[in-house]
Amino acid sequence: MTSALKSAARAGLPVPFLDIDKIIGDRETKIIICCGSGGVGKTTTSAAVALRAAEAGRKVVVLTIDPARRLAQSLGVGELDNTPRPVSMIDTAAGGSLDAMMLDMKNTFDDVVLAHSTPEKAAAILQNQFYVALSSEFSGTQEYMAMEKLGQLHTEAEASGRWDLIVVDTPPARSALDFLDAPEHLSALLDGRFLRFLLHPTRGPLRLMGAGFSMISAAMNKILGAQIISDVQTFVRAFEALFGGFRQRATSTFQLLSSRHSTFLVVATPQHDALREAEYFVDRLTEEGMPLSGMVINRVHTCALAISPERALSLAEDLADTSAVLEVEALRRHANLMRMIETETRMMERFAAARPTVAQTQVQSLPTDVTDLAALRRVGALLSDKD
Amino acid sequence: MTPRHTLHIVSGKGGTGKTTIAAGLACALATSGRRVLLCEVEGRNGISELFDVPPLTGRGERRISRTPAGGTVYGLAIDAQEALVEYLDTFYHLSVAGKALDRFGAVDFATSIAPGLRDVLLTGKVYEAVRRKIKSRPNAYDAVVLDAPPTGRIAQFLNVNLAVAGLAKVGPIRSQADSIMRLLRSATTALHFVTLLEDMPVTETEEAVAAVRPTRIRIGMVIENMVTPSPLDNDQLQTAASGSVILKVPGLTIKQNQALASEFAIEAARTLQEQQRHDRLTALSLPLVQIPFDPGGIDEGAIFAIAEQLTDQIALEAA
Repeated sequence: MTSALKSAARAGLPVPFLDIDKIIGDRETKIIICCGSGGVGKTTTSAAVALRAAEAGRKVVVLTIDPARRLAQSLGVGELDNTPRPVSMIDTAAGGSLDAMMLDMKNTFDDVVLAHSTPEKAAAILQNQFYVALSSEFSGTQEYMAMEKLGQLHTEAEASGRWDLIVVDTPPARSALDFLDAPEHLSALLDGRFLRFLLHPTRGPLRLMGAGFSMISAAMNKILGAQIISDVQTFVRAFEALFGGFRQRATSTFQLLSSRHSTFLVVATPQHDALREAEYFVDRLTEEGMPLSGMVINRVHTCALAISPERALSLAEDLADTSAVLEVEALRRHANLMRMIETETRMMERFAAARPTVAQTQVQSLPTDVTDLAALRRVGALLSDKD
Repeated sequence: MTPRHTLHIVSGKGGTGKTTIAAGLACALATSGRRVLLCEVEGRNGISELFDVPPLTGRGERRISRTPAGGTVYGLAIDAQEALVEYLDTFYHLSVAGKALDRFGAVDFATSIAPGLRDVLLTGKVYEAVRRKIKSRPNAYDAVVLDAPPTGRIAQFLNVNLAVAGLAKVGPIRSQADSIMRLLRSATTALHFVTLLEDMPVTETEEAVAAVRPTRIRIGMVIENMVTPSPLDNDQLQTAASGSVILKVPGLTIKQNQALASEFAIEAARTLQEQQRHDRLTALSLPLVQIPFDPGGIDEGAIFAIAEQLTDQIALEAA
C-alpha cells in the first residue's frame, strides 16, 4: 500500500481501489475512455491499459491523440495515417490482439464529408476556405473528430468482430468541459439558427425582426466584412445536407458513451491543479450520468527509506563540514523527496475527502520515460497493483 | 532600471507550470509603485486558483496581489465573447447590436467557428490593455503578462495575421490583426517558454521555437522549471548513479545506508538526464533561467520566491 492510501486509511477514509483488471476482464466493457488535463500521462495510461487488456486476451484497438514520438514508434504508429495497425511483439498467448492508431483530425473530417455527400458537393466543401480552417484549426474539432473516430471504430468492431475493446485517449482539453461539450457545440453551431439565417436570410421568424435584422446584418458586415459573409454562405450551402447528420452522430456517440459498455478513467497526477481538473471531470461525468470507473493517479512518489525530512536534514548538517559530500547530497535529496511525498499525500487526501466514493489506483513515479512495450507493461502492472 | 519589455507572453507544455511562472513573472515585474496585468485566455481560472482569490471570469480586471516590493498585480480572464461585445461597443457603439447578436448565436459563431477570429479577439484584448492610456500615467499598466496557450498551439495563436489572411483581405478585422501583429513583433514584446527538463517538454519547446521563428516575434527566455540543482560534478553524479557508492551516514544502520544509496542512485541518474536536456536547450542559443523545484507545493509565497529568481534575468535584459 502506498503512503497516501495508508494515511487515508488512517484518517478513516478507505479509498476504494480502482480494479483495472476487473474492468478489462469484463467482456461487457467495450469502450474505455481516458480523460484528464494536459501533461498527466493520459496517452501512456491509455496505451498501458490497451496492452494489458490485449495480453489478457481482449482484441483491442487503441486510439491515441498525440503520443510522444518514441512511444508512437514502439506502438508502430509513427505514421499519421488514420489507420489502425497491429502492434507486433505483444504476448498473444491469451488469444488477444492489439491495434494502435493515431488520430488524424483533418482526414477524419474529410472522410465524414466524403461519406455523406455527393462527389461534387464533397469537392466543393473540401476546397472551401472556411472548411479548411474549420477542419484543421477550430479548437473543438479534435474533440469532435476523436468522438467521430470512436463511433466509426465501434461500428466496425460490431460489424467485423475485429475488436472487442476500444481504448480512447482524449485530446488535451482546454478545460474539463471541452471534451464533452465540443461535439455538441460544433453540431449546434453547424445546425444553428445563425447559419440557417445566413443561408436563407429571407425565411423564418427572423424575417419579421425588421429593424433588429438590419442592425444585425450591419453589425456583421462591420466585424466580419462582406467577403467573409459570402464565404460562409458558400460553405453553409454546401454543408447543408450534412447538418442533420452531425447532430445525429453527436447524439448517438453521447448515448454510446453513457451506455454500460463504456467506462471513463480520469487521469491525474498528485498535484494541486491536476487534481482540481480531475475533480471537475469527476463531477461533470457524474452530472451527465456517464459511467465513471475511477481515477488513475500517475507519478506518485514513493520511498523505501522511512527517515523524516527533518532528521535527514539534521544528519546532513552534522556532516556539512566533512568530506562526506555524497552523503550530504543523498540526505538532502532524501529530505526533498520526503517533503514532496508529504505534499502529494496531502493533496490526495484532500481529494479523497472531497470525493470519497471515487475509486483510485496509483502508479508510482518511474525513473525513466515510458518509451517501449516493456515499460508500458510495467505501467500496466503498477496500474493493476493494489499494494 | 526599467525592464525593456512591456508585454510578456508565457507558453509551455501542459504540466510544466506555465501559469505559475507567468504569475511569478508578473510579480517580478511589479516592483515599487508599478502596476502589472496578468491575463489568461483559456477559461481555466488558473490565476484565481493560484492566488486564492474568487474567479476572475466576467469580472473585469481586479487586483490580485501586492508584491513585497510594493507593486500591484491585477488579474484578467479574457473571454472571446465578452471581448467581441466590448469591441463592437468601443469601435462601433454597437452594444445593443452586440446583445442581439449574442441571443442570435452570432457571437458564439464568430468566436468559436470563424477561423482565427477567436485568437484575434483574445490577443486584441491584450493589445488594448497594453496600449491603454490613463490620466497622469503614460500607460494604464507598466507591463502586461499573458498566460498564453500551450506550446503546441502557440505559433498558430500568435500568428493572427496569417489566421485572418485567407478570410479577411480588407476591413476592420484585417487592420485590427495588423495592429496586433505590429505590437507582437515590436521590441517591447517578448515570448517566453516554460519547460521541464524532461524529454517531451524539451522536444515541444524546440519545436515551438522553430514554429515561432517565421512570425518574427522575439523570444525572450526559456525557463527550466522544477529543476533539482546539484552541487556535485559530473563524475560524482556518474558514480552515484551507477549504484556502486557505499554511503556511510553515522547514525544510520547499514540497511538504511544501502536504501539511501539506491534512492540516491535514481536521483543522481535523473540529475544527469536533466543536465543532458539542459544541454539540448543550450543549443537554442536563448537565455536559460532555472527555477528550482519546490517540494512544498505552490502558494503565494512560492510565487514570490519564483519572482525573486526571475528578477535577475529581467535586470539583465534591461541592461
